[in-house]
Amino acid sequence: MKNHSLGTAGRFRRSRSLGRTWENMIPKLLLACALISVFTTLGIIGTLISETTSFFSQVSFGEFFTETKWTALFHESQQHFGVWPLIAGTLLVTGIAAIVAVPIGLASAIYLSEYANPKVSKVLKPILEVLAGVPTIVYGFFALTFVTPLLRGLLPEMGVFNALSAGIVVGIMIIPLIASLSEDAMSAVPKNIREAAYAMGCTKFEVALKVVVPAALSGIIASFVLGLSRAIGETMIVTIAAGSTPQLTLDPTESVQTMTSFIVQAATGDNSFGSTAYGAIYAVGMTLFLFTLVMNLLAQYISRRFKEEY
Amino acid sequence: MSAEEVVIHHQEGESGSPTLSLVEKRERSHFGFRRWKNRLAHGLFLISTMIGVIVLGALLWNVVKDGWAWVTPTFFNNFASRLPEQAGIKAAFWGTIWVIGLTVPLTFIFGVGTAIYLEEYARKNRFTRFIQLNISNLAGVPSIVFGILGLTLFVRLMGLGKTVLAGSLTMTLLVLPIVIVAAREAISSVPNNLRLASLAMGATQWQTIRRVVLPYSMPGILTGVILALSRAIGETAPLIMIGAVSFIAFTPGYALDAFTVMPIQIYSWVSLPQPAFQHLAAAGILVLLAMLLSMNAFAVFLRNRFSKDK
Repeated sequence: MKNHSLGTAGRFRRSRSLGRTWENMIPKLLLACALISVFTTLGIIGTLISETTSFFSQVSFGEFFTETKWTALFHESQQHFGVWPLIAGTLLVTGIAAIVAVPIGLASAIYLSEYANPKVSKVLKPILEVLAGVPTIVYGFFALTFVTPLLRGLLPEMGVFNALSAGIVVGIMIIPLIASLSEDAMSAVPKNIREAAYAMGCTKFEVALKVVVPAALSGIIASFVLGLSRAIGETMIVTIAAGSTPQLTLDPTESVQTMTSFIVQAATGDNSFGSTAYGAIYAVGMTLFLFTLVMNLLAQYISRRFKEEY
Repeated sequence: MSAEEVVIHHQEGESGSPTLSLVEKRERSHFGFRRWKNRLAHGLFLISTMIGVIVLGALLWNVVKDGWAWVTPTFFNNFASRLPEQAGIKAAFWGTIWVIGLTVPLTFIFGVGTAIYLEEYARKNRFTRFIQLNISNLAGVPSIVFGILGLTLFVRLMGLGKTVLAGSLTMTLLVLPIVIVAAREAISSVPNNLRLASLAMGATQWQTIRRVVLPYSMPGILTGVILALSRAIGETAPLIMIGAVSFIAFTPGYALDAFTVMPIQIYSWVSLPQPAFQHLAAAGILVLLAMLLSMNAFAVFLRNRFSKDK
């Protein structure tokens, strides 16, 4: 009997002290989880920097940023590493995407936030969400088998692979992002400002254009920047539809190569690890990473710095 | 002018007779013009919003038209083949199941762990803000850059090779920010008085989190996890980078097998010139979209079930 009661007390005490250790361990384990994301960033920056450094020991910095020819996957005697054609291809596709996505995204946001009655937006919003959830490989297929033939019907001299089709579809891909972020910014504008404008006799259009949009401008611009950053990093649509011809052109009917589609091409080819062509993956990856990082930080800065407070 | 004349003049003005003063006329036609502008803008905004709907319709129609006839039992039971009639999606289908199956527990543990740490344990100091800033920036890094990280870190440095495990780890890092953001939102929406009540009853902090906070926020967390998975299922570029190849004639048996996934199989079919392979690609897309749809339906089901329990 005595033994038994001691045993229970002992077990109780032990489980309490175990409980306390556990209680102290938990925050440390959870902190370790939280640090994974920090190590991910460090890992990305670390690998990009170390491999890019070894790339630049073989190719000069000057060549990378001044030459206008990119033939990284050619035979060694004919290799040129001027990154501008890839940057130009990326900016061309992104520019076309912006022309498509910025007006349509903003107009959709204004419609959903100012004009649509709740019933209509209950139907339209989920459709935009579905559009945002379509995998990019599906958009790539759509670009190649639907948009390109359509465009070639209008411009018969255009090739199968062209920046225009890829750019339009990348634009379609980022419409939901721009629309939903802009709409969030507009819905945050207080109702009494709108009502004041209506009381002065404004039409809906005037309220939207002269009151709501200016008040939500920081959020709207931030949504554009974020959308374009997404367009710059988009890979599969451009790989499938824009072709793989690195060239310095602003002609949307030409086939171009973007930074992302070069990385895919180089990774799927048979370049041995350690070759200069392989190192080019990292140098281009670094350039891409810096582009998107600057744009993301810019978006955060805009939405914080120019935020209207009511 | 007598008083009578003034009254008559006034009445005539209201009824819109030709004696309307010039200023009033201009006012009126100006208001008409403003109303007309509002109506025009309303139409334009509606059309812009409908573009998203129309594109989604065109995209689905295009895929169904090309692929419906090719979704047959042969398509599910065969491996990739040079002959389109005999080609199937078996290896890619099971590869996707493997990758997702390993990604789910990893993202759940690390994502929810991070969210609990940030919401329940972390002090509001500079270090916490740094982790938060880091997570929101990671969400904007292009997926192909995660592929470069996975290639360098998991495939080469850790020596995992081009395996399911390397693919899942890369995917986990990629979708972690989505899960963290959703889980944080769910956890912060738990009313504080529930926590206080639990602590007042003598529960420890971890007991409170495990028995009160987590059950309450589970629907939101699960929705976030499933959202992240639907992103992971459609991602192509990072897995191309880590070397998932498309001509694989077996299904993965364990975590260190070589593999392919559905988006990569679709990509390799899209890039083949013969039209029959475009039909195969469309059929693959149909299967992929069906998987996405059933996952989202499952998310809705889970959300309803868990919220009924409360």
